[in-house]
Amino acid sequence: MLAAALRAAAFVCGAFVVLMVLFVLRESWPALREIGLSRFFTDPSWHPQGGAAAGTFGLVPMITASLALTAGAVALAAPLGLLCALFCTDYAPLGLATAFRRLMEVLAGIPSVVYGFWGLVVLVPLINRWQPPGASLLAGILVLALMILPTMALLAQTAIATVPADYRRGAAALGLTRVGTLWGVVLPAARSGLYTAALLAVGRAIGETMAVLMVCGNVVRSPSSLFAPVRALTANIALEMAYALDDHRSALFVSGLMLAAMVVVLVLAAERLRACE
Amino acid sequence: MTENARLADRLLAGAVWLAATAVTGVFLWLLTDLLREGSAALSVSFLVDEPRDAGRAGGIAPILVSTLLILGVCLAVALPLSLACAAYLAEYTRREERAGRTVRVSLEVLAGMPSIVFGLFGNALFCITLGLGFSILSGGLTLACMALPLMIRATEEGFRAVPGDYRSGAAALGLSRWTTLTHILLPAALPGLMVGTVLGIGRALAETAALIFTSGYVDRLPDSLMDSGRALSIHIYDLAMNVPGGERNAYAAALVLIALLLVINVLASRATLGLLRRGYAGAGA
Repeated sequence: MLAAALRAAAFVCGAFVVLMVLFVLRESWPALREIGLSRFFTDPSWHPQGGAAAGTFGLVPMITASLALTAGAVALAAPLGLLCALFCTDYAPLGLATAFRRLMEVLAGIPSVVYGFWGLVVLVPLINRWQPPGASLLAGILVLALMILPTMALLAQTAIATVPADYRRGAAALGLTRVGTLWGVVLPAARSGLYTAALLAVGRAIGETMAVLMVCGNVVRSPSSLFAPVRALTANIALEMAYALDDHRSALFVSGLMLAAMVVVLVLAAERLRACE
Repeated sequence: MTENARLADRLLAGAVWLAATAVTGVFLWLLTDLLREGSAALSVSFLVDEPRDAGRAGGIAPILVSTLLILGVCLAVALPLSLACAAYLAEYTRREERAGRTVRVSLEVLAGMPSIVFGLFGNALFCITLGLGFSILSGGLTLACMALPLMIRATEEGFRAVPGDYRSGAAALGLSRWTTLTHILLPAALPGLMVGTVLGIGRALAETAALIFTSGYVDRLPDSLMDSGRALSIHIYDLAMNVPGGERNAYAAALVLIALLLVINVLASRATLGLLRRGYAGAGA
C-alpha cells in the first residue's frame, strides 16, 4: 500500500516534464498547423499581427540574438569561472578561499531580476556614455555572464576538488611545475565535471528571461554589432504574451517549444557526460 | 626549472589572482550599490504601507503578503510530493534501476527548463484548462513544479545518507515500512530535507517569468487564494521597467528580497548544524 502510494507520487513527479511538453505542444498546434514550421525560419521578420496569412513569423533574428547572448556570456564566464575555481583550490590561503566561496554561494542565489535591475540602472547608462544606446547585446552579455559566473565557479571548484590527491602527489614527484600540474594533470582529470558545468551554464543562459528583457533593448533585429539592441527569444515571449491572441499566441508557444527542445538536448548531453565519467 | 616554466607559472598565478580580484570587485560593486541605494528608501513604513502612485511611493505590504501566500501554496504542494518521491527513489529503487533512472532524468530535464516555458505551461494548464485564472493558486502551483526537482534531489540524498544500520535495526524490531519511514528515516534525513526546502524556497522567491502569466500583476491585497497577487520579484521588474522614477523603491524592494533569501539561508544552515550536532545522519547536499 505504502509502496504503491510512493510509486504513484514518483510517477507524478516524473510525468511533469512530459505533461509540460504535451501542454505546450497542444497550445502550439494551431500555429504549427496554420503557419507551418518552416515559415518560422524563412519569414523575413517578426510581425505577427494580422493572423497566419498576413503576418510574418520569422524567429531567426531572435534565435540569433539568443545564441549570440549565450555564446558571449559563456565565452566570458567560463574562463573566469575556471580561474576563480583554481583560485579557491590552489592559490588562495584557506581563509580567503572559504570567504570567496561563501561570496559565490550568496551571489548564486541572487534572483535574476535583481541582476537585470542593476544592469538596467548601472551598466546600461555606462555603455550609453561609451556608445548609445546603452541597452544592447553587450549589456545582455555582461549581465548574463555575471549571472552564470558564480554557479560556474562553484561547480568547477567541486569538479577540481574531486580530483584524487594522488594525481597531484604524482605530479609533484615527477617535478612538474604548477602550470604543468594544473594544465596537464588536474584539469584533464576534472574534464567531465567541467564540461557538465559549462553545459548547465549554457542552458541557464539560453533560458534566462528577465535579465535580458531588462537590458537588451528589445528591438527585433539580428544583432549587427555588439552595441545594437536585440530581443532574445525568451524576452519576446514575456513581452508579447500579455496581449497576444489566437495565432500570435500560438506562435509564441511554438517559440517556447523550441526553447524547451534546445534545453532538453543540452541536459541530456550533460547527463550522458556524467554517465561516462 | 627553466625560465619559460617559471614565466608560465607566474603568468598563471597573475591571471588567477587578477580574475578573482576583478570578479570580487564587480560583485562587491553590485552589492554595495544595492545596499546604499536600497537602504536609503528602506524604512519600517516601507514594509507595512500599501504602494501608492504606481509604487513610486508607499510600501510593499500587500506584495509581501502575496509573495508569502504564493510561497505557502508552493511549499504545501511541493513538500509532500517531493518527500514521497524522494522516499520512493531512495528506499525502493537502486541507483541503476530503470524506473528510478527514468524519473531522475526527467527531473533533471525539468530542472533545466527555462522559467518562461514554466510560465507558458502554468498559464495553459492552471489558468486556462483548470480555470483558475490569474491567481495566487496558479502561481503557487507553477512554482511547485519548478521547485520540485531541487527538493527531490536534496531530500533523496538526505535519505541515502542515513546509515543502513537504522533500517536493519527497524527490521529487527519488526517495525512496519510506514513506521520505519516516519519515525526513523524521516527524522534522520531531516538535514537533507531542510537543504532541499531552502533551495526550493530560494528558487520560488527568485522567480519572475513564471509568475507574470500565472499569478498576475495586481498590487493590492489579495482577497483569497483565487485572487490575483503580485510577487516581490514582479514588483521589482515593474518598478524598473514600467514605472519611470520607480528605481528608488525598486532598490529597496530588491534589498528586501535579498535579505529575505539570506535570512532563510542562515536559519536553515543553523537548523541543519543543530540537527547534525545532535547526532542525526549526513547533511546530503
